Order: sequence, then C-alpha cells, then structure tokens
Amino acid sequence: MSTFLLSVLQAVLLVLFAPIAAGFVATCKARLQNRRGAGVLQPWRNLRKLFAKEVVLAEHASWIFRSAPYIVFTATVMAASCVPAVLVDTPLSLTADVIALVALLALGRFFLALAGMDIGTAFGGMGASREMTFSALAEPAMLMSVFVLSLGAQSTNLTTMIHYTLATSFALQPSLAFALAAMLMIAIAENGRIPIDNPTTHLELTMIHEAMILEYSGRHLALMEWAAMVKLTLFATLIVDLFMPWGMATEISAGAIALGLSLWIGKLILLLLALALVETGLAKMRLFQVPEYLSGAFVLAFLGLLAHYMLEIGA
Amino acid sequence: MLRMLKQIIRVGSLSETLAPSDQVEQLGEKLRESVRKRFAGSLTIRAVDAGSCNGCELEIHATNNAYYDIERFGVHFTASPRFADMLLVTGPVSINMRRALEMTYEAMPEPRLVVAMGDCAIDCGVFGRDNYAIAGAVRDIIPVDVQIHGCPPTPSDIIQGILAAVESR
Repeated sequence: MSTFLLSVLQAVLLVLFAPIAAGFVATCKARLQNRRGAGVLQPWRNLRKLFAKEVVLAEHASWIFRSAPYIVFTATVMAASCVPAVLVDTPLSLTADVIALVALLALGRFFLALAGMDIGTAFGGMGASREMTFSALAEPAMLMSVFVLSLGAQSTNLTTMIHYTLATSFALQPSLAFALAAMLMIAIAENGRIPIDNPTTHLELTMIHEAMILEYSGRHLALMEWAAMVKLTLFATLIVDLFMPWGMATEISAGAIALGLSLWIGKLILLLLALALVETGLAKMRLFQVPEYLSGAFVLAFLGLLAHYMLEIGA
Repeated sequence: MLRMLKQIIRVGSLSETLAPSDQVEQLGEKLRESVRKRFAGSLTIRAVDAGSCNGCELEIHATNNAYYDIERFGVHFTASPRFADMLLVTGPVSINMRRALEMTYEAMPEPRLVVAMGDCAIDCGVFGRDNYAIAGAVRDIIPVDVQIHGCPPTPSDIIQGILAAVESR
C-alpha cells in the first residue's frame, strides 16, 4: 500500500515539478542572453492566470476541440505516471512498458492534431500536418533507441530495464552511446525545441506545436501548455531512467528515497542546462531538413542495435 | 565678445542632471507589483500593427532587449490574441487593417485591456485623419483603455503605459 501511495506521489511530483523545469530552461536561456529572465516560477504564474480567465471558443468548434485539452493532458499525465522518477519499483510502471508509453504520447498527439484541424484555420491545419509528418519519423527512432537497451534487459518494461542497468557493472558500451545520442535528438524533436521548433517564436509560419494550439484560451490553453511541460520533464526523466539510473531508490527507506530524489533533480538540472545551451547555440533548422535530422536519429539508434549484436553479445 | 563671455559665466551650466539610471528598475518594480495583484503575476500582450511606420515596433522590440528585459516583470508578448490579456495597437488604423483589428479584439478573452501606442494610434499622427487609406484612430474602432504618447514612445514610456493600463482595472 505504501508503495502504491509513493508511486502516486512520484507521478504527482513529476507533474507539479514540470512547470518549474520549463521555467528553469527559460531562465537559463535568459541568462545566456545576458537578460535576467522571469524566474523559474513564471510558468506556474502563467498557468494560474490562464485557469482564471474566460474561455473563448470559435464558432465552428466541435466537441473534439473542447475535449482535446482534457484528453491530451490526461494521456500525458498517464504517460508520466509510468516513468519511475525516484523509486524503481512502482505498481503503475509494472503494468505499462515503453511501448505503452509511446502509445499514450501518440494518443495525446493524435487529439492535439485533430484539435488543430477542427477549427479550420490555416495555421492549425499546417501545424497538425507538420507534427504528424515529424512524429511518423520520430516514433520509430524512439522505439528503436529503447530497443537497444531492451535487448540487454530482455524486456521493454521500464522497471525491469532499470533493474538490469543497476545490476550490471558500469562499462562503456558503444551501443548505449549510440542509443543515447539518438534519444537526445528525438527528445529535442518531440518537445518542439530548437533546432526543430522554437517554443518562443511569434512567427506562425515557422511554428509546429504552437500552431496547433493558437486558437485555445483560458483553462484549455493552460492544460495544453501544462501537458507540453510535463512531456519535457517526462522525456528528461526517461533519459535519466534508461541511461543513468544510478542512485534510484530500489527499496523504501527514507535515506534511499532522499538520495533518489536529490539525484533525480540533479540529473534533471544537468540535462535541462544542456538543453538551454543547445537552444542558445543553435539556430532553427529549415523545415525540409527535419526529416533528415530524424532519419539521422533513426540510423544512430540502428547502429546502436548493430553495435550491441557485434560487440557486446558473447563478450 | 566680452559681453558674451560674461553672459556665459553668469548663466553657468544649464544641463539638467540626468534622471537616475534606475528609473526603469523602479517603474518595472511597480509594474511587477500591479501585474502580480491584477493578473496573478503574468501579463500577456498581443501587439498589432494597424498601419504603423514600424518606428513603434522598434521600440516594442527594445523593451525585450537585455537592457529593458520586460520579461523579468512578468510581461511577455504572444502570437495569438486568444492567449492575450492586453492588446497593444500601433499606427493609425488603415482601411485594410480595420476588420483585422476588430477581429483581434473580439478574439480576446475577458478580462482584456487595449493600449493605443504612439501619436498615430491616438490621432493618426503624420498620416492625417483625412488620408484616403485611413479608417481612423484606434479609439474610433475599438474601446481604448490607455494611450501612450510619443513618436515613437521610448521603452520607458511603454512600460509606464502598460503600468497605467494594468492599474486602470
């Protein structure tokens, strides 16, 4: 029972922490531009204001447009609840593995794209078509990169995979390096970050994610933005889980949980700092180069798979 | 020559001491405080160019630069009127932009504020009211809460105007 309670707490923590993580990236970027920035709590303030605002609906909005924010948010929160952040063993993560995680994210994206097209504005349809094009390329690459680790652990279940990584002694495996590189590229693409998409852009013609939610307001917009922030934290946590799970709590004791929590936050800060550096250093890519970028990620993941077979099996 | 020199000595220096350099900081702190009270610490602005010469847009851009950094006071600009709390209109309203401006205003959720920025937005400025391409000043088209004078207004003026608009509610 206490394990169940802790796993629920862990998911709640991830969801509540997500806006702070997004604020942290924004603040780091502001500092790198020699500005002071709005502070790490600004996304929380934005959400609080949006929840209090009126909702304006377009005349042609159907039930899809009205229900999409709730579906997208629920799917993302469910996906977040199967990713272990602090505790490795959780009842929720035992039922859902990485394929279910990818499917939940795909469900959210499906309704996001439908909502983008529902109103019938030019930008919504354009954003939906771009999102679908890129996700069709990003999803196989993401699965392929996870499968590199699954081969060793003989499972696609996150908890089993983390246990396997924790049990094996640390060794520099070329297959993991390839899988990590692919996963980082996919995480940037899936979260609509530079060089794929610019989350702070005001130019509708260059938008991907933002173009689909341009028509939302009030609490609908708040849920959509919150879901996007949860997704960013989810991907960072997934990368931590798969490639650097050291220090995660395997048993329930105050010391183990405190260590797991502080290490999780520390690793997250490092990853988000790296994201801020990448976003400051790179320019946005041309739209037609994105498929090449994503196929590059797929090839890297595939190389990881090959490297696993050639170098690590039987070694 | 001597008379002139005498006058110069008598009058002395006429240069006024410059305003304290933390003027922006003080304005900004006030702005942050009222945004916190009235908009939960987050004010979203949609800027609409209804026919301006882009002088005002340059000054709006300047509020986002490293010196003014209006974002640190909880104010940010957005791409969609549906996200916005405040409409910042520049320029006289041209006939072709009239409908677009009305639609932008209608698309905004309550509570909403409108700020007309620059002399053109207030009374058509150098373009003139009897211009064949101009539908009128901003207040002829949509209700305006606060006007910011200047051609173009400085970033400090803009911050002051935004502050006045936030406090008007």
